[in-house]
Amino acid sequence: MTDNAITGFDPNEKPAGAHQAEAASFGGVGMKIAGYAGMVAIFLLVALPLFWIVVTSFKEKPDIYTQPAQWWPANPTTEGYKSATTEIDFWAFFRNSVIITVLLSIAKIVLGVISAYALSLLRFPGRNLVFLVVIAALMVPNQITVISNYALVSQLGWRNTYQGIIIPLAGVAFGTFLMRNQFLSVPGEIIEAARLDGAGPLKLLWRVVLPMSWPTLIAFSIITVVNEWNEYLWPFLMSDDSRVGTLPIGLTQLQNNDGITNWGPVMAATVLAMLPVLIVFLALQRHMIKGLTAGAVKG
Amino acid sequence: MASVYFDGATRVHKGNSRPSVAGVTLDIEDGEFLVLVGPSGCGKSTTLRMLAGLEPVDGGRVLIDGHDQKGVRPRDRDVAMVFQSYALYPNMTAEENMAFALRNAGVSKAEAHERVLEAAKILELEPLLGRKPGQLSGGQRQRVAMGRAIVRNPKVFCMDEPLSNLDAKLRVSTRAQIAALQRRLGVTTVYVTHDQVEAMTMGHRVAVLKEGVLQQVDTPEALYDRPVNTFVAGFIGSPAINLLDATVRDGRAELLGTSVPVERDLVGDADRVTLGIRPESWTIGSELDKDGIPLRVELVESLGAEVFVYGRHDGDPDGPRITVRLAKSQRPDTGDLIRITPVAGELHVFDAETGDRR
Repeated sequence: MTDNAITGFDPNEKPAGAHQAEAASFGGVGMKIAGYAGMVAIFLLVALPLFWIVVTSFKEKPDIYTQPAQWWPANPTTEGYKSATTEIDFWAFFRNSVIITVLLSIAKIVLGVISAYALSLLRFPGRNLVFLVVIAALMVPNQITVISNYALVSQLGWRNTYQGIIIPLAGVAFGTFLMRNQFLSVPGEIIEAARLDGAGPLKLLWRVVLPMSWPTLIAFSIITVVNEWNEYLWPFLMSDDSRVGTLPIGLTQLQNNDGITNWGPVMAATVLAMLPVLIVFLALQRHMIKGLTAGAVKG
Repeated sequence: MASVYFDGATRVHKGNSRPSVAGVTLDIEDGEFLVLVGPSGCGKSTTLRMLAGLEPVDGGRVLIDGHDQKGVRPRDRDVAMVFQSYALYPNMTAEENMAFALRNAGVSKAEAHERVLEAAKILELEPLLGRKPGQLSGGQRQRVAMGRAIVRNPKVFCMDEPLSNLDAKLRVSTRAQIAALQRRLGVTTVYVTHDQVEAMTMGHRVAVLKEGVLQQVDTPEALYDRPVNTFVAGFIGSPAINLLDATVRDGRAELLGTSVPVERDLVGDADRVTLGIRPESWTIGSELDKDGIPLRVELVESLGAEVFVYGRHDGDPDGPRITVRLAKSQRPDTGDLIRITPVAGELHVFDAETGDRR
């Protein structure tokens, strides 16, 4: 079987441009159906659990366990939300999550950008070695370092404090890696032009390199914010109660409250925990547009 | 404004045994427009980048205004560069692009604005100052890149093939504009190009480089009339000069079965030379003229006013191809036989071994 038979692409057909050639290669009816089937399958895989969370959060307790499953709440109620925000100190957990996520994200983004800048555009001896060490750090799962980190932070007396949660998590390897590769993709002539124009290292970063790297920086920021918001293991180990615990810790408390899990409030709290990152994501992803470097070099 | 002096400047790129620029010595006067020309990979851009400080100098020196530039940072050299890709900052408007260097140098906002306006006026960029590079055409971007260089009023302009991304028509008009602008501003300019027409039309002097070695520096006319070797002869002039091997006997060169008089003191005791004959240095004789070289026409290129005829010696189909420029009234057809004779006094005689001018 040749490639043409698979893709349904007819080599005798004259494509008017690259896009049409691409379109033609997916032209068969069978391929189209298979494509849509795949999309539907993936959509259901992602959307069904989300839908179930939202629906359950509005159900009354007896309706949650009925068989066959109710796909729409028979008696919609906001009781779940009420108990989610009263049974635990929801707003304290929420406040902690916001504080920790904001501080951690700022630390990670700043560290990622400046370390990537140093490793890509500044020249100093041992640069590649430092980069290799950073990459090596990326390979170590943080579950492995948890025990030694725990011992260290406990000795410092930082258990159940913000700094105890934030500082051990502030190390960054992924951001360094991502931003370094982005900075290396900035045309060398622009960097040289800026150097000739008398831009110092910080000005070069702030006025020339970063503005050309917004899409990558935004992507990195979204990933960081979502990750820190959802971070579970370390805050769970570090915090004892709602003084510094984050929302995922609060969710755990809600789940274990009575020995038997009342899923309505848990799902309601999950929805509430999801909303802020969803908003952040929607706000930021608009800026992840292409074409920010248009017109820099050549035409 | 300043003079520039390359004193045996050498650059060896890492991992190369052969230097990219080998001992270039070049004296550029204050206010001069010097063109560096050569085929790709000849080291012309590297030479320019050494002057701008973007490339280290591994041997020799580069002096601006008599001062050795070793260890001087690019920003402190007071050199402005126009890049082949223009290298505009995409996030800034045309005005911000042009003012960037001024603001970095501590010029006040108001003065920077004034100087940008002045440069914009010269380059007819005024209506475009608020636009970002992405909203400009290729020619407009090129002018912004020029403007970015001239607002700084630097000691030296470095231009690295600034026209190669423009279409042919725009290139011709911009070529004249840049040359006029340089005359008006009087700033010492080093201009890199691989285009010999740009080299011939723009510069006061032209420096020809080959494999990192400087071949000849001279005015465009002298370069054309007295090339120092076969490389320069072949590089300058379009279509290229005819380089033909000839044996010498009794002060006459045997060229393709015809004997051509050459100056005895030029040839010396050599028995073989390479003769360089420009396409326009031929006269066409009648078909019966037994002294002329019989040329079987293979290709005729008509450019309107003139006609370029390409052909080989009749009876020697594997021989060298000869280019002849004729007036349009003399236009032959493909397959015709014409008789051509080189114009005495316009012959270039080169050494058959070294290729150097004799």
